[in-house]
Amino acid sequence: MSFIDFHLPALVTLLPLFGGVISVVLGTLVKPRRDLSWGFALVVSWATLFLVVRLLEAVVTSATGVVTYNMGSWPGPWGIEYRVDHLNAFVLLVVAGISAVTTLFARHSVDSEIPRDRSHIFYALWMFCTCGLLGITITGDAFNVYVLLEITSLASYALIAMGKGRDRRALLAALRYLILGTIGASFILLGIGYLLMLTGTLNMADMHTTLMAIPNLESSRTVLVAFAFLLVGLSLKMALFPLHMWLPGAYTYAPSAISAFLASTATKVGVYMAFRFLYTIFGHEYSFNTIPGHNVLLACAAFAIVVPNISAIRQTEVKRLLAFSSAGQIGYMVMGFAIANQDSMTGSIVHLFNHAAMKGGMFLAVGAVIYRLGSSHLQTFDGLGKRMPFTMLAFSLGGLGLVGFPLTAGFISKWYLIKGCLVAGYWPLAVLVLAASLLAVIYVWKLIERIWFTERPEGAPEVSEAPATMQIATWMLILSSLYFGVRGEFTADLASQAASFLLEVQP
Amino acid sequence: MSFVLLSLAGKYNYAIYIVLMMVGFYGVIAKRNLMKQAISLGLFSTGLFLFYISMGVVEGGTAPVWLTQDANHALKDAGPYANALTHVLILTAIVVSVSTLAVALAIIVNIQRAYGTIEEDEIRAIEEREHPEENVV
Repeated sequence: MSFIDFHLPALVTLLPLFGGVISVVLGTLVKPRRDLSWGFALVVSWATLFLVVRLLEAVVTSATGVVTYNMGSWPGPWGIEYRVDHLNAFVLLVVAGISAVTTLFARHSVDSEIPRDRSHIFYALWMFCTCGLLGITITGDAFNVYVLLEITSLASYALIAMGKGRDRRALLAALRYLILGTIGASFILLGIGYLLMLTGTLNMADMHTTLMAIPNLESSRTVLVAFAFLLVGLSLKMALFPLHMWLPGAYTYAPSAISAFLASTATKVGVYMAFRFLYTIFGHEYSFNTIPGHNVLLACAAFAIVVPNISAIRQTEVKRLLAFSSAGQIGYMVMGFAIANQDSMTGSIVHLFNHAAMKGGMFLAVGAVIYRLGSSHLQTFDGLGKRMPFTMLAFSLGGLGLVGFPLTAGFISKWYLIKGCLVAGYWPLAVLVLAASLLAVIYVWKLIERIWFTERPEGAPEVSEAPATMQIATWMLILSSLYFGVRGEFTADLASQAASFLLEVQP
Repeated sequence: MSFVLLSLAGKYNYAIYIVLMMVGFYGVIAKRNLMKQAISLGLFSTGLFLFYISMGVVEGGTAPVWLTQDANHALKDAGPYANALTHVLILTAIVVSVSTLAVALAIIVNIQRAYGTIEEDEIRAIEEREHPEENVV
């Protein structure tokens, strides 16, 4: 077991990478392939989750709180270094956990939405996407981030385009995401390039040390240009207002399981990247004191929690409504790390986890409705509470979490966020967070009213409850969000340690 | 004015990279034909390659290989080398860019099959006719 423990950080990314390759080979050789592909993907994703949990244990129990791994035994700033601290480990847990649960969900949903002879390719792309997301999170090398970002993005463009069987608009959405995603990634690469010019290194920790040693850092235009390119690129990737326009289409027309997977991981990893670049490379002293990075971010975040939420209220397609709401929730996370104090950052990191669980669960519930009724239009939900009570109960509980209702996980994250706003003296922002929650009340209530308090219209198709795997997966996410809403210590402690770790990195 | 020209002459490859990238960026935003957008995206990344390649250039530098030049056929240091790191990095980025373009073209082919056109305006018109109550993409 010590061999596995030693190579744990590398195995976390290699397992889904090779899993994807094997899935293609296996699916080509063996027929019929759909249950086999699904079973194989399920085993790989749960094994990855198991490795990530072990890694998290190793990080929490280690004396320094950091686990490092040198790829190919090339040490330090020369080779690629994997570096896992509390923040990484936490985000890894989110990505691997969501991937495992949504794979469990996927069986019937993928059967009905993806052509049967393509299912092995579909699961292979899914595993590549997971590999990229885990890799971005775990690596301590700036260029490695770009490469893995592109692996993730290429896989997700193809996955979204595979929704064309249900609605051909998936193709347009995928192409739009591809164009904007590539521009975003290119800006990130440009930013890394300028930093490389200045520092001569790609290792994040080494980059920070070298940057801090530059005399007259505050007047260096090159650093400023690098910062600007990275900020714009990252905002595109995490869909921060006003650069969020690729997101609603992509999440609406993607296959149901992929909507749930991407909505709860892709933008979260984008937020994580922003944490890494702003705090670990530039350092919060430079990002928020030397140059006023927080003003830009806070302004975008303030609009982000209002404008997309208003758009969400007007939507008639439930997946699209949830997608707009996701763009709104990104605002809370960005606000948390832009205020940059202990409480607000804890709120931001906890919300990463909580929102992934709640929104993932809600997208899965919608996926179950699409599986049964073939549509996620608002009218489909009329009186559905009596026909699919368990799925709809999960959906409604997730909705209450989005609002930030007490005893749900959303309450914990907003509590920390508002506390952070007040500590930093940004009381108008605290008011804005509360007001934006009221916007969420409007669209969540609109859904709950249709589901529970409307009669099922005459002549509507008969439906029964969703298949067991779908319900189990949905409830796993929703129950975890409820559990961490009642007992917030575990996630909040981990997040608060991650926050203090980031804030400690001083010049 | 002469100062600007002089610094441009010294760093003309950086000027070209900015021009290339902006031409590509303009194409992505302004062109309504999906194929032209994909080509512009390729141009956009080409600018980026030029930036990275220029970054690694060392004046008088050669490729970073040891050359056998002295009489005893012993390996000899061939003097200043270009920075190989940035060139290797951009090799990776070129692969990424080619793959992205391939995925983009595959999606455009599918759009052509599904809609019978790759003009964004015509696709928008089709979608507005089919789904009048929703905003399209």
